[in-house]
Amino acid sequence: MFGLDRKDTALLAIVALLTLLAPFILNPFPAGSAMAQFNAGYPDLMQRFVIFGIFAIGFNILFGLTGYLSFGHAAFLGVGSYAAVWMFKLLSMNILPAIFLAVVIAGLFALVIGYVSLRRSGIYFSILTLAFAQMSYALAYSVLTPVTNGETGLQLTLDDPRILGSSATADGSIPVTSLFGFEMRSATELALGPWTFTFSVGYYVCAVAMILAFYMAIRIFRSPFGMMLRAIKSNQTRMNYTGLNARPYTLAAFVISGMYAGLAGGLLAAMDPLAGAERMQWTASGEVVLMTILGGAGTLIGPVLGAGFIKYFENIFSKINDNILHGWFAFMPDGLEDAVVFLLHPFIGKGWHLTLGILFMLVVIFLPGGLVEGGQRIWAWVTGKNRRSAKKRATTTEPAE
Amino acid sequence: MGILEIKDVSKRFGGLKALTDVNLSVKENTCHAIIGPNGAGKSTLLNCLVGKLIPDTGSVMFDGQSVLGRAPFEINQMGISRVFQTPEIFGELTVMENMLIPIFAQRDGAFRLHAIESVGRESEVIQRAEAMLEEMNMADKKHMNSASLSRGDKRRLEIAMCLSQRPRLLLLDEPTAGMARADTNNTIDLLRQIKEERDITIAIIEHDMHVVFSLADRITVLAQGTPLVEDEPQNIRGNPKVREAYLGESA
Repeated sequence: MFGLDRKDTALLAIVALLTLLAPFILNPFPAGSAMAQFNAGYPDLMQRFVIFGIFAIGFNILFGLTGYLSFGHAAFLGVGSYAAVWMFKLLSMNILPAIFLAVVIAGLFALVIGYVSLRRSGIYFSILTLAFAQMSYALAYSVLTPVTNGETGLQLTLDDPRILGSSATADGSIPVTSLFGFEMRSATELALGPWTFTFSVGYYVCAVAMILAFYMAIRIFRSPFGMMLRAIKSNQTRMNYTGLNARPYTLAAFVISGMYAGLAGGLLAAMDPLAGAERMQWTASGEVVLMTILGGAGTLIGPVLGAGFIKYFENIFSKINDNILHGWFAFMPDGLEDAVVFLLHPFIGKGWHLTLGILFMLVVIFLPGGLVEGGQRIWAWVTGKNRRSAKKRATTTEPAE
Repeated sequence: MGILEIKDVSKRFGGLKALTDVNLSVKENTCHAIIGPNGAGKSTLLNCLVGKLIPDTGSVMFDGQSVLGRAPFEINQMGISRVFQTPEIFGELTVMENMLIPIFAQRDGAFRLHAIESVGRESEVIQRAEAMLEEMNMADKKHMNSASLSRGDKRRLEIAMCLSQRPRLLLLDEPTAGMARADTNNTIDLLRQIKEERDITIAIIEHDMHVVFSLADRITVLAQGTPLVEDEPQNIRGNPKVREAYLGESA
């Protein structure tokens, strides 16, 4: 279906189903129960899951296929956000033109940065992209204040022209982003017994964008172009002597992944119309690298898993505090309880980075293929195909899904 | 007039004269061997043909067009394919994918953004790849990861990749280096078969006399960066100058 073989269609269907049903899947615990704090099914966070999923899917087209590790991809995300907010300020609050411009501007920006950076490979390429991203960040933060509004960040105001919309609503407030009348922040709640599920327009816009982005990624992975990109990673000498010019291939991959980042940035702005320079900082670039490697670089589903994993940690795990721990370990004798909480303290709350770091190290060392490889091993263990598939794996390298 | 004309090519690396006034003409549809002791400049000469090095002086014409100053991929697109001393294949890809890439390169040129088409639907390219694997007796290995092939099979695959592009000139850089005798003989048989069945010119650089005398129609002996003799194999064997420069020490 849709030009995909049966396995890829199944994968796309699973991803589509999981994304569309996320408000249910991510809210497994009844509201008000002790575990409710682990529910991730609220619109803000779900939007982040899928937006950063898009970012990571795009990054993986460059890094997973060609092996070129860009350390400045957040720059494209930031540029996309600025472009989108400017569109809200100047044109209208409809998100489509904003997202379109975000993708185009990020693509052009990637074309320039990629053209220069791709003259080098390996660590020099990474450093060049990092330098460009930091320059962009510094410019956005200070010099380009008229465009970016500096450290305050670009925001909507009541005197924005919005030539196709209105500068202010009837009651004198700033209008909200919408898609042909559907406001991004509007949501419906569904109460089923003790559970409450929230369905927001904004989330479903992002979800559809991610499913389309994922579909495009599958097409690219299975195309001759995708095969050429893997060939570049595998052996550039043979590539050159086979009559292929590696430069435009890598540049095209760079621009495509930049456009994915622009789409993610545009969606971030569409959900919440402000853009700040910190979106372009190197930590943001590093985060997408972590997401991709954690999930499984070069696999289709890996980056999405990695993005979800890290965003879940950032937003949920970081909310566990000492009081909650005391609640969990209340069954222990007092002294022991305090000791356990004391030991766990550095790993929770603000210490979530520590836990994430340790998990990341464990994954890289024991599961070089990321969470996807972990899933495959568990699957092989469950189905008892250990021996057979291990033998098969030694002789084939079908890209892992 | 040969398909490949090398005229007065010289190349220095600092104080070392790697090549001095090399003149060489390779006739179409022949197998021309370039032999010589270590350090004779064989590899430098080959690198001047494929765009890796640019000679200081002289010209290299392929089919009436200069190859000098062109990138390796451009020279390949002119119809010259190169087989390396150590097989250069796409190790992380399957044998089949290895075969498809050169065929796409030949059909679509140095770059084409075919990002939406599916590889699985390019039936014409797939058929060409399968036919070539069949011809090389490698059809049963097409789903294998090419890095796990044996040395001899990697060499076969690399030759198959080059041939699938239907080149006019095939350059072989010590194709049997580091091979066991059986693999060497297989490679000789393979190259003989290629020579007989196709309209193809082969230029081979080789150390192993057994290989050279089994394949070559014409031999150039290179010594200290300059051609010593160029003749037919039977005359090379008896030539005292060659014996002195080269065969004497290896026999």
